[in-house]
Amino acid sequence: MAERTFQVYRGSDDDGRLESYTIEIDQGMVVLDAIHRIQAEQAPDLAVRWNCKAGKCGSCSCEVNGRPRLTCMTRLSDYEESESITVTPMKAFPVIKDLVCDVSQAYRNNASIPRFKPRPRDAEDGWRMKQFEIDRAQEMRKCIECFLCQDVCHVLRSHRKHAEFIGPTYLVRTAGYSLNPIDVEDRSAFLKESAGIGFCNITKCCTEVCPESISITDNAIIPLKERVVDRFYDPLKALVRLVRRR
Amino acid sequence: MEISERHEHDVLVIGAGGAGLRAAIAAIEAGASVGLIGKSLLGKAHTVMAEGGMAAALGNNRPEDNWQVHFRDTMRGGKGLCDWRMARAHAAEAPDRVRELEAWGALFDRAEDGRMNQRPFGGHTYGRLAHVGDRTGLEMIRTLQDHAVHEGADVFMECTVFRLILVDGRVAGALAYWRPTGEFVLFRARTIILATGGLGKAWKVTSNSWECTGDGVALAYDAGAELMGMEFVQFHPTGMVWPPSVRGTLVTEGVRGEGGVLTNRDGERFMFRYVPEMFEGDYAESEEEADRWVEGDRTANRRPPELLTRDVVAKAIVAEVEAGRGSPHGGVFLNISEKRSAEYIKAKLPSMYHQFKELAGVDITTDAMEVGPTTHYAMGGVKVHPETAATCVPGLYAAGEVAAGLHGGNRLGGNSLSDLIVFGQRAGAAAAEEATGVSLAEIPASELSAAVAGATAPFTREGGRNPFGLQEELQQIMQDKVGIARTEGALREALEDVRRLRGALDTCSVHGGRAFNPGWHTWLDLYAMLTVAEAVVLSALERRESRGAHTRIDYPDSDASLGRVNFVIRSSDGRMVTDTESVSEPPAELRQLIEEGV
Repeated sequence: MAERTFQVYRGSDDDGRLESYTIEIDQGMVVLDAIHRIQAEQAPDLAVRWNCKAGKCGSCSCEVNGRPRLTCMTRLSDYEESESITVTPMKAFPVIKDLVCDVSQAYRNNASIPRFKPRPRDAEDGWRMKQFEIDRAQEMRKCIECFLCQDVCHVLRSHRKHAEFIGPTYLVRTAGYSLNPIDVEDRSAFLKESAGIGFCNITKCCTEVCPESISITDNAIIPLKERVVDRFYDPLKALVRLVRRR
Repeated sequence: MEISERHEHDVLVIGAGGAGLRAAIAAIEAGASVGLIGKSLLGKAHTVMAEGGMAAALGNNRPEDNWQVHFRDTMRGGKGLCDWRMARAHAAEAPDRVRELEAWGALFDRAEDGRMNQRPFGGHTYGRLAHVGDRTGLEMIRTLQDHAVHEGADVFMECTVFRLILVDGRVAGALAYWRPTGEFVLFRARTIILATGGLGKAWKVTSNSWECTGDGVALAYDAGAELMGMEFVQFHPTGMVWPPSVRGTLVTEGVRGEGGVLTNRDGERFMFRYVPEMFEGDYAESEEEADRWVEGDRTANRRPPELLTRDVVAKAIVAEVEAGRGSPHGGVFLNISEKRSAEYIKAKLPSMYHQFKELAGVDITTDAMEVGPTTHYAMGGVKVHPETAATCVPGLYAAGEVAAGLHGGNRLGGNSLSDLIVFGQRAGAAAAEEATGVSLAEIPASELSAAVAGATAPFTREGGRNPFGLQEELQQIMQDKVGIARTEGALREALEDVRRLRGALDTCSVHGGRAFNPGWHTWLDLYAMLTVAEAVVLSALERRESRGAHTRIDYPDSDASLGRVNFVIRSSDGRMVTDTESVSEPPAELRQLIEEGV
């Protein structure tokens, strides 16, 4: 059986280092399997988050050789045998311990999004919607909240604008509500002010790392930006609003 | 050791999956202050893994469908052991609970007329599962989590409860630790709802995550509650079998619901040979008839035998493998590529496509999957009142997978998600109502310090066993001796093994600090897993027959007299004892409905 050596981040935010572990490798193993084997055989206190181990829950996000990845969906065979594999926590978040980050800010961001508000029911048993009308919203609802897009976003990763910018994950969440055909809430003021949508300069890094292949920039962020522009910067519409208010 | 934090709520919900979230919402609606505790981050609970859909007789695709047909399917699927009151409430209320999710932002796949689409599943007479591709659980948990947060639930993430505190025979609080810091926290509440989910992590090949360690079963048992039907552990017929690192990962029944066929090594669609007497005449008798049904002619044709109940399909797969007709890696083949277009498969089963492509290197739009049974779901659990979800311990409730009664000897696919929202709602409403007449109890400090000392004991030992090694040994024992086919001899051995491991638990050591220490967490979880394991083995020994998910090689037939009793487990002088309890007989009109149809 083959052996492989892994460099794994151990420690906290201000006191961490890479530790080297060598383990035996089985066919088909993913990075998370390797972390679990290290944990079971050599370092029982090695901290990592995980749940479903099938790419559906978004818990096991880390950086593998510097790239944001779901460790449960990253096969060891994707790396040359000669290549070393280094696993580190997501860089855009504070580290709690080892591979586990503090993502509580993200949950506060989510709670700040104006909630879903449906129009009155179309019939006693609910609403009528065509599948094509909901395809776009369903694309957003695929988000597994893995935070890889938050991790790669330079506004958060390099410029640390966590207080000013809600981040791609929660723009996707907002789009999931706003693209729902029965939703009637206007979230444009929220997007402009507290969500800080203007910080996004459409570099599309988030789209590239999304394990659910959501077109985050094109299908979530740009349509939301357009709504903000329509609401706040369209002179014609501003005039119409002014007239209506009278 | 200090308790670093204390909280008080009217209703405390332990578990933040579908049942816990729905219970929290119901309790808040009733005016209660609610604490909601989850072992993982919010939205990562095992509900997120549910794929195929939730069963509710909406009648959108087939107007003939109604609660009576759903009730009948559930009762027949449960092989006589379902609690009829729970099955009736479930079938009757599921449609409203599902529609309510849409009002809270869920977006289910649509039928042509704009209403929710409904997918066929095993054991259901009509297409009945509201769904979103194969990620229905994700849609459900996101919807409930956002709604619960906006409604004002006080959420405690990555927090594990390890002890319920009773005062004067009533449940008064829960002692927990924060996973990130290892600090202890006390929750006092007027009533407590267990919504802790399943216990499948006690087996080696399982679709369950690290969370499913039967915590609620052990917490309830230690508090004096009764456990029921523990022998009934569902082995889902289709888990991945290769590569080894993903063995057990779920392959949704939706693959078969959408037309996927099971074949053996010889290319034979073997399920035609495994239709039980009880379901004779309900399923297609030729491949041609099954194909016509898949193509959409559902009134003149009967559904394919691949859509038999899960217990039947799982046992058929085992029989094929044992007869030497299995696939190269010890399963059978599941193939949808010949029945549906690549576009259709990617639209309806996107995560299955992704999962096989990424993890097994198999393209399911062109090739067959290899599948075999995987530990999936506990039909048994904490015995509850069928209407209020109350346990026999005053102030303690249980809802969702942790509770027993609805599913009897075998659960139908799709009935789990609807169970969560129907009984989560009932438990939340009942617990909130009871809470208005109860005051918070003072909890003696001595009890807390003893519990904390017990929980931290392995840090004080040197050179003891590694908890991960103990967990692996338990999983292998349950896999080998308490699996899909059981015998008296193997079960007796398992009982001895489990009791030996219970002793070994007190010799484990844990190193490092208390902050996010998986070795320590696993040691604490093992206590619950061993309680669950012993209860499953004892019940499996008592049930000397084969019924539903419980198969005894030494008693291959069903015994009609055992079809009218449940085995109940409780603690007596520190020992686990079993008792029998008669299944409540439904009234005549419902009995007739079950036997003769609508």
